[in-house]
Amino acid sequence: MTENTNENKNLAEIKDLSVSFMTDAGSIKAVEDVNFTIPRKTVVGVVGESGSGKSVTARSIIKLLPETATTSGAVYLSKRDGSDSLDVLSLSGEQLRQVRGSEAAMVFQEPNSVLNPVYTIGWQIEEGLRAHGLKDKKALRAKAIDILKKVGIPDAETRVDYYPHQFSGGQKQRIVIAMALVLNPGLILADEPTTALDVTVQAEILDLLRLARDEFDASVLIITHNMGVIADIADQVVVMYRGHVVEQGTVEQVFYHPQDDYTKRLLGAVPRIGQKLVVRDREGKPIERKADWREQPVAVEAKGLTITYPGHLMQPDFKAVDGIDFTIHRSEVLGLVGESGSGKSTTGRAIAGLQKVSGGSLNVLGIEMNGVKERDFKPKRADIGFVFQDPGSSFNPLMTIAENVAEPLIVHRKYGSVAEAKDYVGDLLEMVQLPRAYMNRFPHELSGGQRQRASLARGLALKPSLLIADEPTSALDVSVQAKVLELFKRLQVEIGFACLFITHDLAVVDMLADRIMVMHKGKIVEHGDADQIMQRPEDPYTKKLLASLPVPDPREQQIHRAQLHELLAAEA
Amino acid sequence: MTESTATKVGVPGDERLNNLNVNKPTPWWEKIAIVRDLKIAVGWQKGMLVTGLVITVFFILLALFAPLIAPYGYAQMKDDSGVSFPTQSAPSAEHIWGTTVGGYDVFSRTIWGARTAIIAIVIAVVLSIFAGVLLGLVSGYFGGWVDRVLVVIADAIYSFPSLLLAILMAIMISGGQSGLWSGILASGISITVVYIPQYFRTIRAEVVRIKNSAYVESAKVVGASTWRIMTKHLLKNSTRTLPVILTLNSSEAILTLAGLGFLGFGIEPTAASEWGYDLNRSVADVTAGIWWTAVFPGLAIVLIVLGITLVGESLNDLADPRLRARKSAGEVVGSIEDTSVDPNEKPSARNEVIAELDSTLNPPATVTDHDPAIVASEWTGEDRTAANGDGKE
Repeated sequence: MTENTNENKNLAEIKDLSVSFMTDAGSIKAVEDVNFTIPRKTVVGVVGESGSGKSVTARSIIKLLPETATTSGAVYLSKRDGSDSLDVLSLSGEQLRQVRGSEAAMVFQEPNSVLNPVYTIGWQIEEGLRAHGLKDKKALRAKAIDILKKVGIPDAETRVDYYPHQFSGGQKQRIVIAMALVLNPGLILADEPTTALDVTVQAEILDLLRLARDEFDASVLIITHNMGVIADIADQVVVMYRGHVVEQGTVEQVFYHPQDDYTKRLLGAVPRIGQKLVVRDREGKPIERKADWREQPVAVEAKGLTITYPGHLMQPDFKAVDGIDFTIHRSEVLGLVGESGSGKSTTGRAIAGLQKVSGGSLNVLGIEMNGVKERDFKPKRADIGFVFQDPGSSFNPLMTIAENVAEPLIVHRKYGSVAEAKDYVGDLLEMVQLPRAYMNRFPHELSGGQRQRASLARGLALKPSLLIADEPTSALDVSVQAKVLELFKRLQVEIGFACLFITHDLAVVDMLADRIMVMHKGKIVEHGDADQIMQRPEDPYTKKLLASLPVPDPREQQIHRAQLHELLAAEA
Repeated sequence: MTESTATKVGVPGDERLNNLNVNKPTPWWEKIAIVRDLKIAVGWQKGMLVTGLVITVFFILLALFAPLIAPYGYAQMKDDSGVSFPTQSAPSAEHIWGTTVGGYDVFSRTIWGARTAIIAIVIAVVLSIFAGVLLGLVSGYFGGWVDRVLVVIADAIYSFPSLLLAILMAIMISGGQSGLWSGILASGISITVVYIPQYFRTIRAEVVRIKNSAYVESAKVVGASTWRIMTKHLLKNSTRTLPVILTLNSSEAILTLAGLGFLGFGIEPTAASEWGYDLNRSVADVTAGIWWTAVFPGLAIVLIVLGITLVGESLNDLADPRLRARKSAGEVVGSIEDTSVDPNEKPSARNEVIAELDSTLNPPATVTDHDPAIVASEWTGEDRTAANGDGKE
């Protein structure tokens, strides 16, 4: 409280912050000696991988930590008017309650779990105002409507009485931000505010956070693992790694002149559009596929493929996939891109026989899937590999890695037991660049990236001619994702399986795919060679998707953002 | 811990760092559920668990060593010289807890009663757990009309008062009268009928939850049979909550057994000792001021139920991380790496991510270097079998 010089300049100052937690396995230090400042009216981006302590740091600013946490150091938070500055960590009870909401507010990752489904959004926005002493009902309502208008909810006067389920995901996040802004706090802590949202919605939410800085004069601390988001919105950047701050500076410094090795590598690992992934052998020569995929036979062919989910009482059936046509050749990688709910996963699951086909024709490796009997399809399953999105749940937690990876071998009677398959499983693990010794570990003893590679090993155990990868890297950190993608490309080039690569990330699909298919609301809106779609998109939806994807380069992103706004203006 | 000693930050001779339980192998006995729970429990949760365990173990020992502890048999009415025991005599040197109206020794009957109670628990639990788990697995995994029917039956059984059902079963099984085994079996089976729905419900809920998880789907993609999915993937993963229900049901089983005995549907005094029966016989005594015939069997019931319930409730709390109490972390010595529980994070190594990024600079052996045989299999021709063959190498 003595730093009078700093108080006027900086809204918050974090000094020597360390946080430890008590867990079942003993005490754990999560954050150590973190120092940084948040100036007024700036967006500070905290970037780091999962487990780097970025969320804990942000939560410490309003002391929103579990009982088992112990903190040391200090977090000085100035009042908005600059009149006073308090060490938040030394506050408790009523004082802390006063600070929360009115001086610093939090925006969480998942808007669905933040909004209470049984109250109207108006009531929930007013909740914060009531907690800070405003009682007049008319004034409360007026304020709620006003803030909803400001965050861009159309028709705010009537929709203030709506319940959360009546809004889309992006609108819900707008409402959560409105809840944070309504008390006019000096600092908004946004913990991965766009991670759960589609890329087109993400661009809107980032615009809204910029609005919070420019019109509400608030500072924003945004936590993210996405370098594109940082490049888009941040003025200052703090890079965290395993509980330490490894680098901080302005966004230009960090992106164009990174000092720390980790930052350099992190930036190097970020996928960018137009960056083709080339795998090299030990001599450094690029490895090429043995045959041109265009001349290869067709492995999967869909004609008018339709998949519907039956509706409940009186409601019409939901068409998840609506009459799509496509083909996958052998040794080709077909990228399937779309936002959540576009039907891309359903398509992948139908090819793997996990989802019934309701109409049209889907020919997988010579078998017609429309009306197929499991008995007829079962032998073909040996030829199809599947890699799931979440590495955390795709392995049976009670079986060792060897047992999990050997499962397809045993099911298809290639080996009698896990012990017999041991040598081959070891080879498979080495193929995905995991040590043989990992065989005897349990899934939770591997990191996310390692588990996803083991998952790839299981998918490839039977040497399938078709692999379906459903968002295989979207749950992984950037640097781990780079590694898994490289491995994937290497295996694909050398083994030559046909592949359907499902993802929502255009940059990732551009690195891998030969052809790209863009799905939107169950239909394919654009379909063509990867370069053509990325360079010269024709469909307006593809254009919007490409323009919404933030470029991990602050200067380029400024131009890119202007293009998006132009595009949206033209659309409206 | 060698890695961390190299970069130790503490004062020389400071043992605290080495006492951190990072990368220390856990002895086998710590892997047993209840021992592990004892270790992680703190505060009042630990108190509950220890109290419960002490009481439960005490009764198990009583049951095991009843012939050694009890001075007389459960049906004994005469001493060695053939003299009948006095009836309703107050506690004395020969009969430390007195005798009953029928002339039995209360102390001996109470001790022997523990044996009957424990046997009844074991039978009830063993019978209901297998049927309940199997039905839950089938019902949860297949769904459809099988599930509907089973759930409706389970609900119907729930809606009956459990004691009423138990009485019904006791009459059906043994005609209401019985010796030791038929009596215990009758009580055990009647309790079983009441508890199958509980196991069924819990297992079914777990199975429904995990049958859509990625590892079950992955087994389906691979083409694993239904039997394999059920036994390998669903069974083990759905039994997480069983210990809790098991203990809680055990205490309820005792109450049901005592209830049956009290109502006269239990075991004859000559066949085995049973606390509920003794309580029944002592009803008239209470008004006559004869307290010892009711207090001791009653106390035994209360204590054993209390003990088992305490164990069950604290296991329940400990199994749920949200209910589990923890110590405060205090000041933690050592760096982040020293205290990490992630086995991949060797103390002070800059970590896997960096190591992996480094390895991209010198690419590792390629797949085909390693095994030229690995290429995608043919799916059109008849050479599928040939491709299968080289899978074995």
